[in-house]
Amino acid sequence: MIKVENLTKAFGAKLAVNDLSFSVERGEVLGFLGPNGAGKSTTMRMVTGFIPPTSGNISVGGHDVLEDPIGAKRLMGYLPENAPGYADMTVRGFLNFVAELRGMRGDERKRAVNHAVELCFLENVLYQTIDTLSKGYKHRTCLAQSLIHDPAVLILDEPTDGLDPNQKHEVRNLIKRMGENKAIVFSTHILEEVEAVCSRVIIIDRGSIVANGTPAELKARSELAGAVHVRAHGMPAATLSERLAQVPGAARVEILGDVDGRVEVRVYADKSAGATLTRSVAEAAAREGWQLDEIHTEEGRLDEVFRTITLPDTIKAAA
Amino acid sequence: MNAWSNIKAIMKRELGGYFTSPIAYVFLVIFLLLTGFFTFTVGNFFERGEASLVSFFTWHPWLYLFLVPAVGMRLWSEERRLGTLELLLTLPITAWQAIVGKFLASWLFLALALALTFPVVITVNWLGQPDNGVIMAGYVGSLLLAGAYLAISCMTSAMTRNQVISFILSVMICLFLILAGYTPVTDLLTRFANPVVTQTIASFSVMTHFEAFQRGVLDTRDVVFFASVIGFALFATGVIIRNQRAG
Repeated sequence: MIKVENLTKAFGAKLAVNDLSFSVERGEVLGFLGPNGAGKSTTMRMVTGFIPPTSGNISVGGHDVLEDPIGAKRLMGYLPENAPGYADMTVRGFLNFVAELRGMRGDERKRAVNHAVELCFLENVLYQTIDTLSKGYKHRTCLAQSLIHDPAVLILDEPTDGLDPNQKHEVRNLIKRMGENKAIVFSTHILEEVEAVCSRVIIIDRGSIVANGTPAELKARSELAGAVHVRAHGMPAATLSERLAQVPGAARVEILGDVDGRVEVRVYADKSAGATLTRSVAEAAAREGWQLDEIHTEEGRLDEVFRTITLPDTIKAAA
Repeated sequence: MNAWSNIKAIMKRELGGYFTSPIAYVFLVIFLLLTGFFTFTVGNFFERGEASLVSFFTWHPWLYLFLVPAVGMRLWSEERRLGTLELLLTLPITAWQAIVGKFLASWLFLALALALTFPVVITVNWLGQPDNGVIMAGYVGSLLLAGAYLAISCMTSAMTRNQVISFILSVMICLFLILAGYTPVTDLLTRFANPVVTQTIASFSVMTHFEAFQRGVLDTRDVVFFASVIGFALFATGVIIRNQRAG
């Protein structure tokens, strides 16, 4: 549905987006991650046709955004960053206005507005003006606006920004549900959100894609992925870690805690050895009669991957 | 007809925006008070002893100088300040439809303000026998004048997100359009420039073209003048908005 090829945007001498290419199909939810100023919003603004790219092609549902902007915009719903809205309009008036510009009239419009109101839980504030709304309601009003014509493509710039945890949960579920038959792109800073909602993740740093894959694939890139967490008692931490380091497939051992003879260690996996570390550790424990309280395999952590990928080179070198 | 329905939707929103906030009422009251004050007190409507609305229309270029930019200053700068510009221009409409819709809505509002001055027409008809054709022409001229100022305000409004700057800029431009043909200024110019130059400069002035309407003359050239000021300023608005998006 969305196809972006070699997209580049320069503001003066500064390259905000540098040779970006990706595509999103129907049924996919693509998460856009990246530090502030990485070019996420700029990319979304170009895809939605708000700002023209310096070079590159964007097509949405077969419509070229530059050649046929109206055709492309018809297919898209867009929630801009900070969820803008006309301060002096009521929620209902605002949604009616957007529906009208989306070409809906009469009963069709009424139904569409009611449906969007229902999806975004706006019943209580329908006749309030937008400047009197709390941040969460304001955000959901703008989200409702983007859904009103049941678009095939949704571009959401930080859709859960400023929502409370319950609302965040609702919006995530909504995105996930809609993702089944739409192509959705959304940006966020919240990594757990990516895991909960996205079928694919793109990490952008300084205008370029630095990682592209499913959340599971990205997590596997973490140093933590495949590590074995062990809790035991009855032996000194140093001895345990020494023995564990000799288990086949172990890269190194980190002592996490040693309180009153209760030892907690983490064994990092040697990535080239395959996913058998947990079994090897368990076998070693059985063989040598260690008194284990707990043993489990750790999944990678997205925030760790994110940090290693997007840290500036200078900090990476120092670390 | 799709374009027209988009324009209509934008007009409706824009007009609604005037009337849901106090702007519309404050503006209408001040406009009517000032036109009354200028016509009857400063313009010596009664002392003139003639059945015409000359004392009413003469003041319009000066009155509009401050009031029209006050109506137009928010048109685009407000959109930029609130961030709704991004919303508006990613909806399936063209920038032109938005520009024209906003302009027409504000112009319609100014037309309403002007229409509410109907008591002066009744008054003058009750007191004597004025030439109502001349009065009609005066109204047409006044409306075109307001449209020209408004289009300029649209343009300055698109330049900045700050309404104050937008207001001052459009007042300056409109003031220039008045002064270029204002008799004291043209008199001054004739002293050291040759008449052709003076006339060329004066022909850019709204005063020169507005005067004909006040005399009851509907000259195509004057209509074309105002229409081209409107057209040019709206075109410039479109260019400004496009350049801002290009970054």
